[in-house]
Amino acid sequence: MNKLTARVDRERLLLALAAPVLAVVAALVVTALVILATGKNPFEAFNDMLSYGSASDSQIYILNKATTYYLAGVAVAIGFRMNLFNIGVDGQYRIAAFFAAVVGGALHLPGPLQIVVIILVAMVVGAMWSGIAGILKTSRGVSEVISTIMLNSIATAVIAYLLQPGKLGQLDDAGTLVSTKNLPKSSWFFTFDAGPAGELWGFIVIAVLVGIAYWFVLGRTRFGFDLRTVGQSESAAEASGVGVKKMVVTSMVISGAVAGLVGMPTLLNDSHAFSNDFPLGVGFTGIAIALLGRNNPVGIAIASLLWGYLERTTGHLELIGYDKEILGVIQGVIVLCVVIAYELVRRFGLRRQQQRVGAELAAQAAAATDEKLEVAR
Amino acid sequence: MRRVTKVAASGIASAALALSLAACGSTSEQKAQDDSSSGSAKAGGVKVGVAYDVGGRGDHSFNDSAARGIDKAEKQFGGSVKELTAKTTDTEADRLDRLSQLAEAGYNPVVGIGYAYANSMKEAAQKYPNTTFGIVDSSVDAKNVDSIVFTEEQSSYLGGVAAALKTKTNQVGFIGGVDVPLIKKFQAGYEQGVHDTNPKIKVDVQYLSHGSDTSGFASPDKGQAAAQGMLDKGADVIFAAAGSSGSGSIEAVHGKKGAWAIGVDSDQYQQASLAQYKTSILTSVVKNVDVGVFDLVKSIHDKKPLTGTNTYSLAKNGVSLTTSGGYIDDIKAKIDAAQQKIVDGKVKVKTTP
Repeated sequence: MNKLTARVDRERLLLALAAPVLAVVAALVVTALVILATGKNPFEAFNDMLSYGSASDSQIYILNKATTYYLAGVAVAIGFRMNLFNIGVDGQYRIAAFFAAVVGGALHLPGPLQIVVIILVAMVVGAMWSGIAGILKTSRGVSEVISTIMLNSIATAVIAYLLQPGKLGQLDDAGTLVSTKNLPKSSWFFTFDAGPAGELWGFIVIAVLVGIAYWFVLGRTRFGFDLRTVGQSESAAEASGVGVKKMVVTSMVISGAVAGLVGMPTLLNDSHAFSNDFPLGVGFTGIAIALLGRNNPVGIAIASLLWGYLERTTGHLELIGYDKEILGVIQGVIVLCVVIAYELVRRFGLRRQQQRVGAELAAQAAAATDEKLEVAR
Repeated sequence: MRRVTKVAASGIASAALALSLAACGSTSEQKAQDDSSSGSAKAGGVKVGVAYDVGGRGDHSFNDSAARGIDKAEKQFGGSVKELTAKTTDTEADRLDRLSQLAEAGYNPVVGIGYAYANSMKEAAQKYPNTTFGIVDSSVDAKNVDSIVFTEEQSSYLGGVAAALKTKTNQVGFIGGVDVPLIKKFQAGYEQGVHDTNPKIKVDVQYLSHGSDTSGFASPDKGQAAAQGMLDKGADVIFAAAGSSGSGSIEAVHGKKGAWAIGVDSDQYQQASLAQYKTSILTSVVKNVDVGVFDLVKSIHDKKPLTGTNTYSLAKNGVSLTTSGGYIDDIKAKIDAAQQKIVDGKVKVKTTP
């Protein structure tokens, strides 16, 4: 019996790996065709991506980018696990980063304490913003897809209103860039100095901790079990005594709190202020990454590293004469392929399972008839 | 079982990452140097590196006006041009990276189009002291940076004077693409121009989008709706500083007899795509981004790199009011007088409304 589970597990692992590998290979083929169609050599392009992507400064860049993307992916995945589509991560992280920057610029606490305050403010603001969608869903039945999209626009408008010279913003000398007050140097997050390769953002530590917490809470606690149960079947969860409404609001709030962290690597490690050129649209990247990583903490990490890698290397492709749209093509094709590949692999796995169960049943039946025959004899 | 595989997988992944990090010790710069020592550098001409703002070449607006200057320089001086384009998800690190890549590859000058490059250019200029950088719409305090800034408020002031002299209903409109400080300069100048000419005129102001939502620069439908609303409320001269959304506004104005539109950035009377509405285009508030960019490339070609803040003002013809169509010929004397006052410094135009 033990042997059997081992085999099944190995097969499951293989199947789980097959889908993303299939998707990436398919994406490579499609991308190669697209580059060929533009009259350029795809192998030279891939070769450049490999060599440029493996440079040490590229790796630092990729890890820094992946830190942000990982947090975005986890924020989205928390919703996904519960069958909630939190499209609002984008608005949540921006409004969270904005208020965190405002608070951080205004306070002058001792360094570490201030960093904790900034991060907490971001998490609370993100949680409140997504909590609105959660409450709307449970109290009035508003689909979270609609409400979070709308909250994204509202977040943009709120930031635009407050980030004005004379309100919470200040103009630079040239009179074109508005930003919040710079964070005092003491509340910048630590970085790992990697010499000529650049600086690795210290926030990657927090991202790893968030990943571990995500894995532990969802996979190893009663709460996580309840959450996944609600995601799989609301009525079954309700019947077994799980408060579905409470779970919806709670998971929305947690998703928003993690979303609040998304802007933190940029704010605390890079820009040190929120200005009108703060990165936009990372929440949507998070959706692609959560899909790609199948909501699995390790999968999301790999997906976000892949995303960072693609952005870094295609940026260099643009420099050596390829079209800048290549990045969008590769990313789009990968996401599409992943969705298709998982479905294919799932069906294949299902068929395999049915065949095996069928074979086992047939064997049992055969054994039973053998026995009967023996008894009869 | 599953837990073990998961832990093992994550362990292997992180180990592999650390290994590759250690193994590939060389940075991309060192790799690039290895490559370039084997390849031959192209001789002759100016190698211009351009980092566009979001949208890039082909946005029919701000980026394109810079591209015009680049094209002109390329035609005149030969050499090569490399263009990179920003993404909306860009961080400071991305922008710095873009400028560094260009400088690293030997492009000189490296021009950043748009104020978003301000902070990253400060760092890049330090990193590459032998490269001349250029930035449009912002100023960077470094020895090797040419800050190309425009006095949009001055030309907008003249637009305001023209509007005030042409309105019959004593009500004019201003449509801004996005409520960023840059566009507010246009608003401030326009309002001041109108009120200095005739304090009784009412100026309707509307912005098409806000903050980080930059759709207002590229939504002709929004421009049209906003202009229609103002026309319905009685305004009869409308100035739209809204990128390509402005074409929608011009279209709406064309639908009302006796109403005038004021164009922006380039001479919109001459634009082929707006030819059917040109009889409604009173004048355009021009901002010669192409001149600023061209000047920078030319200075490198002449081996006398421009640096410091170069203000393209009304006095230097960096911004101006066009006269194509001849619709403002009758009020030319008054506009010239206003222009003279600004050039002489008798009138100070505000940059914030």
